[in-house]
Amino acid sequence: MARVRERIPDTFVPDPPDDELLRRVGLTRHEYERAVGLLGRKPNLVELGMIGALWSEHCGYKSSRLYLRELPTEAPWVLQGPGENAGIVELTEELAVVFKIESHNHPSAIEPFQGAATGIGGIIRDIFAMGARPIALLDSLRFGEIRPGKVNEEVRRRNLYQLHGVVAGIAHYGNCVGIPTVGGELMTDPAYNTTPLVNCMCVGLVRKERMVRARASGVGNPVFLVGARTGPDGVQGATFASAELTERSEEDRPAVQVGDPFLEKLLLEATLELAGHPAVVGIQDLGAAGLTSSTAETAARGGVGMELNLDAVPKRSAELSAYEMMLSESQERMLIIVRAGNEEEVLRVFRKWDLDAALVGRVIEEPVLRVFHRGEVVAELPVGLLTEEAPLYTPDYCRPREPYRPAGAGQPLCRDEVEATLAKRFGSPAAALREALAHPTVGSKLPVWRQYDHMVRIGTVAGPGGDAAVIRVVGERVGLALTTDGTARWVYLSPHRGAAKLVLEAALNLLSVGAEPLAITNCLNFASPEDLQVMDCFARAVEGMGEALREIGVPVVSGNVSFYNEGPLGKVLPTPVIGMVGKVEDVSRAVGMGLPGPGLELFLLGSSDLRLDGSLIAFDLTEIRAGEVEPPDYPAFRRLRELLSRAHREGLMAAAHDISDGGLAVTLAEMCITGSTGAEVTLPEGPGAFARLFSEAGQRVVVAVPAEGADRLSALAEDNGVACLRIGRSGGGRLIVRGESGQEWIDMSVEELAALHRGGVERWM
Amino acid sequence: MRAGVIVFPGSNCDHDTFHVLSQIVGADTRFVFHRETDLSDLDLVVLPGGFSYGDYLRAGAIARLSPVIEALHEFAQRGGLVMGICNGFQILCEAGLLPGALAVNTCLEFRCQWVHLRVENAATPFTSSLSPGQVLRIPIAHQEGRYIAPPDLLEELEENGQVVFRYCRPDGSLDLKEREAPYNPNGSLNHIAGIVNRQGNVLGMMPHPERASEKVLSSEDGRAIFMSALAAVGAAR
Repeated sequence: MARVRERIPDTFVPDPPDDELLRRVGLTRHEYERAVGLLGRKPNLVELGMIGALWSEHCGYKSSRLYLRELPTEAPWVLQGPGENAGIVELTEELAVVFKIESHNHPSAIEPFQGAATGIGGIIRDIFAMGARPIALLDSLRFGEIRPGKVNEEVRRRNLYQLHGVVAGIAHYGNCVGIPTVGGELMTDPAYNTTPLVNCMCVGLVRKERMVRARASGVGNPVFLVGARTGPDGVQGATFASAELTERSEEDRPAVQVGDPFLEKLLLEATLELAGHPAVVGIQDLGAAGLTSSTAETAARGGVGMELNLDAVPKRSAELSAYEMMLSESQERMLIIVRAGNEEEVLRVFRKWDLDAALVGRVIEEPVLRVFHRGEVVAELPVGLLTEEAPLYTPDYCRPREPYRPAGAGQPLCRDEVEATLAKRFGSPAAALREALAHPTVGSKLPVWRQYDHMVRIGTVAGPGGDAAVIRVVGERVGLALTTDGTARWVYLSPHRGAAKLVLEAALNLLSVGAEPLAITNCLNFASPEDLQVMDCFARAVEGMGEALREIGVPVVSGNVSFYNEGPLGKVLPTPVIGMVGKVEDVSRAVGMGLPGPGLELFLLGSSDLRLDGSLIAFDLTEIRAGEVEPPDYPAFRRLRELLSRAHREGLMAAAHDISDGGLAVTLAEMCITGSTGAEVTLPEGPGAFARLFSEAGQRVVVAVPAEGADRLSALAEDNGVACLRIGRSGGGRLIVRGESGQEWIDMSVEELAALHRGGVERWM
Repeated sequence: MRAGVIVFPGSNCDHDTFHVLSQIVGADTRFVFHRETDLSDLDLVVLPGGFSYGDYLRAGAIARLSPVIEALHEFAQRGGLVMGICNGFQILCEAGLLPGALAVNTCLEFRCQWVHLRVENAATPFTSSLSPGQVLRIPIAHQEGRYIAPPDLLEELEENGQVVFRYCRPDGSLDLKEREAPYNPNGSLNHIAGIVNRQGNVLGMMPHPERASEKVLSSEDGRAIFMSALAAVGAAR
């Protein structure tokens, strides 16, 4: 990078550019030639940098766009689908929810604290740029092995360093800006050794008449740059995020930006004060590829062009070249297009919040981006070349697929064999439960989320640790339920079925607390798309996700793709993460997972083939990384959904918790731990204790119902055609689980369960 | 009765506090921007939680230089009620309106959790509707909440009954001889969670009563503090 900006004039036209230069700007020779063809001339250095950044995987989605078109994006309640800063769905007649999830994996691998902090900063800006007040954050995190003795100690320490840094960075930024972090996930797997995933989701609320779009229009309208001064930080961050991490990535440190949450807070307040103001035409935050992408994208959406004067950009250093200014990813900046003649009204608001606003350009009719620096034109590119004409890689065009075939995947396991293996490995189901609870993926994340302010904005009715967070709209009965789900082991074994299962799992989380799903945002984390098997896995996962979403009538409204998640130690597991948003009609009636007391009847709703393929106990605890996830049963899911909705409406439920990581055993244990109440449960014995207790197959929920509502629930289940098993009763201080013939499977005190669960992450942090 | 909620750059709990004062407690409430210098229309001024000026330098160190703080000194001197919550408490200490200081938690981390508080003095304008020894369940959310003061000042606060709230066990018990206790989330000396000035009209507390003023948020214990202040102002009129 240093070499590119070293005193070579910005307008120098490399003819032809050498391989090293192309590598630095992130273009292949083929892409370079495409650019020359479209432009009708050879681009200069600034233009090369701009094209490279916007054609990068990170901005241009060149490997994924084709597949993403398969996802459903429409529903009557969708007000804004993918393509803007964030998606918008209707919540009530007056209110809409704005949300998006985004990855910050690469920066977080190298500089965990700032990487995660600026990830939060970026996603928050996406939300308030649309005029919405951010009301919640969720983080889906993956780290390598953090337990000693399981991995090389140096690697483990690096993983822990990343975990501590990421959590501290999220806390630092989110707490300071005053947005509650209300949920998320944290899972560990050796596949993420030194290559963590950091996906941040932000949710905002907006009055419909105050929604703002990120588009430029009105020839002659002034363009303002507001917020932080522009520095050389993060130059080429977008291309950096589109290459694999190597041993040398440490040298890329200057490509990681430093965040200033206080400045973000000022920008947030000023932007929200301006949202809906007639003087404001469009607002766009500066994220990846900074000024280049924000100007090109707003101009493209409005079908106009833009002239930029770089001499007017407030700089941190006078030395900055045009190249650096166009590609800088300095944080906490916004681009605002104002109706000509109304500048003063807008500037007054920025002054109130102590913010610098500079007039840096104007909207022009001709659809080109023309950049001036020191009196000369340093770049002149058609807007379309930077946006819709970015390369699109298809199976037919230089990005073929090769059938995805990880070792052992794709063939169902023999259930009896697995049952026998697990019985031998653990000795007893109780021993397996102990190990499952103490696994970082299942164990309590309290040591993480107690560092996050999860209550600010007085909306948090149910915070971190449950199936879904429940956030009220202050002053109303209605609220939101939020969850993220991304169990990669299912997708690793069966990309299509696994991704479909994620969708159903997320929906079930919302249904469990009493919400109805509205829409999702997704963050698709995969290894290098240049690996043809990875591309195949990606394509199949997107297909599966799309199928499930269509089947349950839930659209995608925003998202992000992150490729190249691999390092010297290997590729990450294919990790699509879903952030789902649901509506709760009356937050005071939302239901949690904890058993609120003794004497409640426990029911197991839903059925499955009880396979152990891809379960935590087989995949993570026993290293059986083989098998095949069960096919999704959409009709069964719809019946279960109807049953849960009705049971919630009738107020039957005292607690509900869906079966996921660790199967029924962990579900029951978590209900006991959260409610500090024991339970006595009897289960059918076939096809085996381990299958009964630890299978994660199908969509199933355990619900607790007061004795007087038990018959009603059974009747409702029968009406809806849902398998319904009355399995026991809450009470006492122990979790006791037996087989039908009286065989004792688990008998543990709630204190012991809680202690194991509490230590799952805390012991190693 | 008219209440004001000061908005510093970086205040985060301003809307929350405004909501509770205006909608739950029913007080006529307005925001007070940090550049304002006239507080004469107000009976109660609340400094809300947040990260004023990003907590850069030291929590509250920059906010105390705001124009509104000068007016606040005058307002307090006239006997107006002032209440600092979390960052507001930090600012009041920095501004010299309350004695002592708030240092980084002994765990060195940000902590957001529910705590139990014991009412130590129910004879202040902020606690008149509570009873001595009553236990309140209210959340905290801070990184710099460890109350510290020199030994002689600490003794003076205790003697004058200026310690209003102390962290305690759920049953209200605590042990003053313990320097660190599991129920004390930040290592505050004498488990102090909230104090008043000598005159009793300026309160600072680290826990957030506005987060515990509605049933749907699982505790209404904080509401009594705002209600007390409201009643005190009404009585004085």
